[in-house]
Amino acid sequence: MSAVPANLSYTKTHEWSRREGAELVVGITAHAQEELRDVVFVELPKTGRMVKQAEPAAVIESVKAAFDIYAPVSGTITRVNDAVAKSPQLVNQDCYGQGWLFAIAPSAPEETSSLLTADEYTKHASASAH
Amino acid sequence: MPNKTALHDRHRQLGAKMTDFHGWDMPLYYTSIIEEHKAVRQTLGIFDISHMGQVLVTGPDAMQTLNHLMVSDLTQVGEGRACYTLMLNDQGGILDDLIIYRTGEEAYLVIVNCGNRTSDVEWLKAHAQGKTSIADISEGRSILSVQGPLACRVLEQILDARVTSLGRFAVAPMRTLSPDACIARTGYTGGDGFELFLPDGHAKRLWDTILASAQSAGIRPIGLGARDTLRLEAGLRLYGTDMDATTTPSEAGLHWTVAINKPDFIGKPVLLRQKQEGVAKKLVGFELAQGPVPRTGMELTIDNRRVGTVTSGTFSPLLNKPLGLGYVETAHAAPGATLTLTVRAQRYPATIVKLPFWKEDSVTRQPLEHLPS
Repeated sequence: MSAVPANLSYTKTHEWSRREGAELVVGITAHAQEELRDVVFVELPKTGRMVKQAEPAAVIESVKAAFDIYAPVSGTITRVNDAVAKSPQLVNQDCYGQGWLFAIAPSAPEETSSLLTADEYTKHASASAH
Repeated sequence: MPNKTALHDRHRQLGAKMTDFHGWDMPLYYTSIIEEHKAVRQTLGIFDISHMGQVLVTGPDAMQTLNHLMVSDLTQVGEGRACYTLMLNDQGGILDDLIIYRTGEEAYLVIVNCGNRTSDVEWLKAHAQGKTSIADISEGRSILSVQGPLACRVLEQILDARVTSLGRFAVAPMRTLSPDACIARTGYTGGDGFELFLPDGHAKRLWDTILASAQSAGIRPIGLGARDTLRLEAGLRLYGTDMDATTTPSEAGLHWTVAINKPDFIGKPVLLRQKQEGVAKKLVGFELAQGPVPRTGMELTIDNRRVGTVTSGTFSPLLNKPLGLGYVETAHAAPGATLTLTVRAQRYPATIVKLPFWKEDSVTRQPLEHLPS
């Protein structure tokens, strides 16, 4: 099982999120990036866009297929990572760091309670791995 | 239960991500499609392509049978030579694309796509003329493909110093390996390389020998993922995706394979008519400066009018941009024309370019400079 940092929150759809002030910074997990491999294109939301929890907010394409990235919580997109749009391989190289995707200002703070802890996510990802 | 090649356990041991391909459990990649792609372009890769069918056509009338079934002129293919050709139905539609190796005066090894193996053998048998024997010899046999600028160097050390003298599309027996093994200088990458047709046991040993002996030269196993990106970069069509029984050689841009002046062959009347009247759609190559990967079935438009459909697409690891193949209305199919590819409501300009996207040049023919220290 690949790295699952203890200080982050997770979704069952393999996004991680980290609180930074009033924002939630979002990316995909090491497990997800390993499954995708060869990331060649990242489509990020526009800043200011409203997103709903568990609905597609971004798209990551590997050589073989395109994958939706879901918003971990509802809110407004406040920032996106232009570096990852220019260099999509950052998702493979540093998914918890330079490969972050976008930041959300949550509109329904109670939704964060539905996110998984590192332990819960590890169990979930191990069960879904083959 | 999916079909498995003789090397299946080796793929699993190497940690390959497996995928279903026409009922075969095949390696998609071992480490990364992009890394494997680059290895084939820069050093060397070895592919297990034993899912492909091997059919032996023999007898005094074997040539006549094949010449009637294929678009190429097989009277021009001498012993020890091979040719890429197409087999058509009566409507001129492509039943399969194949390579025919003339391994003897009256013997041809025909390599067919795995998805067409059964129907191809039936079609061949139904159209056999005079004294022709058709035998599907795929069971118990493998095909290894060794591709990349170091192919000659590695194989002359492992197999036989004479492989270097084998010309492009030449085939020769490999008796030092097995009485019924042969080697050909063919492949599906657009670069230099060899394909070996041999019994399973010998294939396993050769696979192990090549991977063990040549690790320092940067050789690696290559999955079907990179096989697809390599062939696309070289502008090579994939049967079932870029062409099928509803497309003709002219439409697929494969008219160069057709010996239209041959006395008679299946599909000829339709090809003659298309030569005079032209075709409504043509297969083209297109590329995007940047953006998403074109996927099968996506629309190509001009001024919001659909003029074409993507059949294959990928991200080229070497050219570092998205590219694809697709059928486009003939009026808009000239190189230089710009179409629009719409992906998730965003529009990207797609420029039609001459195929192939990538061509082996003199630099990649100089393996010594690419040897890792």
